[in-house]
Amino acid sequence: MPRLSYRKALNRALADELARDEEVFLLGEDIQVAASAVTAGLLKRFGPERVRDTPLSEQAFTSFATGAALVGARPVVEFQIPALLFLVFEQIVNHAHKFPLMTGGQCAVPVTYLVPGSGSRTGWAGQHSDHPYSLFAHAGVTTVVPATPADAYGLLVSAIRCDDPVVVFAPAAATELRADVSDPVPVPLGRGRVHRSGDDVTVVAVGHLVHDALAVADELAGEVSVEVFDPRTLYPFDWDGLLGSVARTGRLVVVDDSNRSCGIAGEIIATVVEQVRLHAPPRRVTRPDGAVLPFAPALDRAVQPGRELLRHAIAHVSKDG
Amino acid sequence: MSGADPIRLYRTVRLIRRFEERAIELVRSGHIVGGIHPYLGQEGIAAGVCAALRPDDVVAGTHRGHGHVLAKGADPARMMAELCGRVTGLNRGRGGSMHAADFAAGVLGANAIVGAGGAIVTGAVWARRRRGEDLVGVSFLGDGAVNEGMLLEAFNLAALWRVPVLFVCENNGYATTMPVADAVAGSISARAEAFGIRASTVDGQDPAAVHASTAAALARMRADGGPEFLEARTYRFDAHHTFEHAVRLDYRSPAEVAQGRSRDPVQIAGSRLPAAERAAIDADVEAVLEAAVADALAAAEPDPATALEYLYASGLTARTGGG
Repeated sequence: MPRLSYRKALNRALADELARDEEVFLLGEDIQVAASAVTAGLLKRFGPERVRDTPLSEQAFTSFATGAALVGARPVVEFQIPALLFLVFEQIVNHAHKFPLMTGGQCAVPVTYLVPGSGSRTGWAGQHSDHPYSLFAHAGVTTVVPATPADAYGLLVSAIRCDDPVVVFAPAAATELRADVSDPVPVPLGRGRVHRSGDDVTVVAVGHLVHDALAVADELAGEVSVEVFDPRTLYPFDWDGLLGSVARTGRLVVVDDSNRSCGIAGEIIATVVEQVRLHAPPRRVTRPDGAVLPFAPALDRAVQPGRELLRHAIAHVSKDG
Repeated sequence: MSGADPIRLYRTVRLIRRFEERAIELVRSGHIVGGIHPYLGQEGIAAGVCAALRPDDVVAGTHRGHGHVLAKGADPARMMAELCGRVTGLNRGRGGSMHAADFAAGVLGANAIVGAGGAIVTGAVWARRRRGEDLVGVSFLGDGAVNEGMLLEAFNLAALWRVPVLFVCENNGYATTMPVADAVAGSISARAEAFGIRASTVDGQDPAAVHASTAAALARMRADGGPEFLEARTYRFDAHHTFEHAVRLDYRSPAEVAQGRSRDPVQIAGSRLPAAERAAIDADVEAVLEAAVADALAAAEPDPATALEYLYASGLTARTGGG
């Protein structure tokens, strides 16, 4: 079976959708030379009208995409750096997201925002290492964080076909992954996936942290039976899927690369405890409040949610109750 | 290039004028909540620009946007119903004054964020022209918007990518209360010229002059594809927003306001028509607005159970606020 890399999966999703639908086009900085690799080969195949390099004008090209979408196009906007989403938060949340309701249903804004390298990229320091997916979930913008090559392909395809704006975070820590995928298929938005079944604790892991959760679950296999639930889409969240898991295990840990306050982990825990009586208080492993990733590698790692804290949290919820 | 029909120009400025005056009455009576940004005094710009457009051309308006929406062809009754928050409104009562939109008439929306429309209309025109349509777009903006970086970025994109958007700056002298002289370094048109965009200036109080400048710009744009910039010098006769009717802000002298109001686009356009013709248009506009107000006030308010309707075009259902 062919090995598909995460980056190649994103590239293939873009190529397949460009080929399938004339209304799809790409917009972004240095995408013609594929500086972030995911647009490799697309200029040659689809031409400069549909693979458009932009000047460094994130706010204007984000709203340019909104305007194009308002009249039926399906733009995909690439942002090289996750922090650029802070710069265009207004254009996405206050415009793209709000247009359908504010116009009383006169329009749709089917834009995909793709960040092919979100979260820490060791050594990129304070302004290039954020993981702001919880902001978009909070705003009610469809938000996906694929953990695997198959999901990277399938969720990006579904994002492009979705009639609403969708932000796709491809965690830098996952983009080197490869998997055996012969024929990737669309993955529905809003549907989680149980990567590993277990009976004692449900661990919800977001994005690249799915792989850390799986590794920890393997290590603990003799002591605790851990179920690893990957929501894949953070908004809309697969509450039914998660509640089904937690109803069986009765214990919950969330590992999330957001800052702690108002991060998606808090929302996941709140929603679960509103509906399920757990055997033990739930735990979350996150970045600290107000995290700014320091440059030195040891410091960078120190503020990211890691396996040791996850093991600790699992041990904690397992012994309580 | 033939001139605009003076009857049409007069009818449009008169319609906008009386629409705004009726809307202010409805603000005072509490039927319009949140107030409005009256377009009074600036009617000649929307009327002159939109008279030069085709039905398939698109416009993006501003927070002071009623004139743009009406001049591009939206139904005044549905517009008034929108301001009153009724289900029969253009936006089914979901948008109100600052978001009124009529996609069928080519109005991509008034917009509450200063300077936001330029990039949106540039993208919309580019995407439709990619399909072979030969439309143009207009981005209305105020003098305050020329200090918004997002708009300057949009000038750059439109110029680089040869997107035929006419950026119409309605320079009424004030960004809310800040005079242009205190806010704009250099000149307004030089902002556009710096991007290689041809800029011209016109008397915004004369709808025929605005039409002539617009028609000339659009002819060049339809031929060669690039954007242009038109600064229309105007004066806002009333408040920045109707809240000023209750809270007096001291930033324009009575003498200045009187001077500004002395050049009235409705009078300028009306003086070009025989008195009887003008009276007939006035009577017709009164009848249209009388019916619009009556229809708006008689229309149903939206059902609170539908407050989340249209939030997602994909059909996604949001969780409610709880309990």
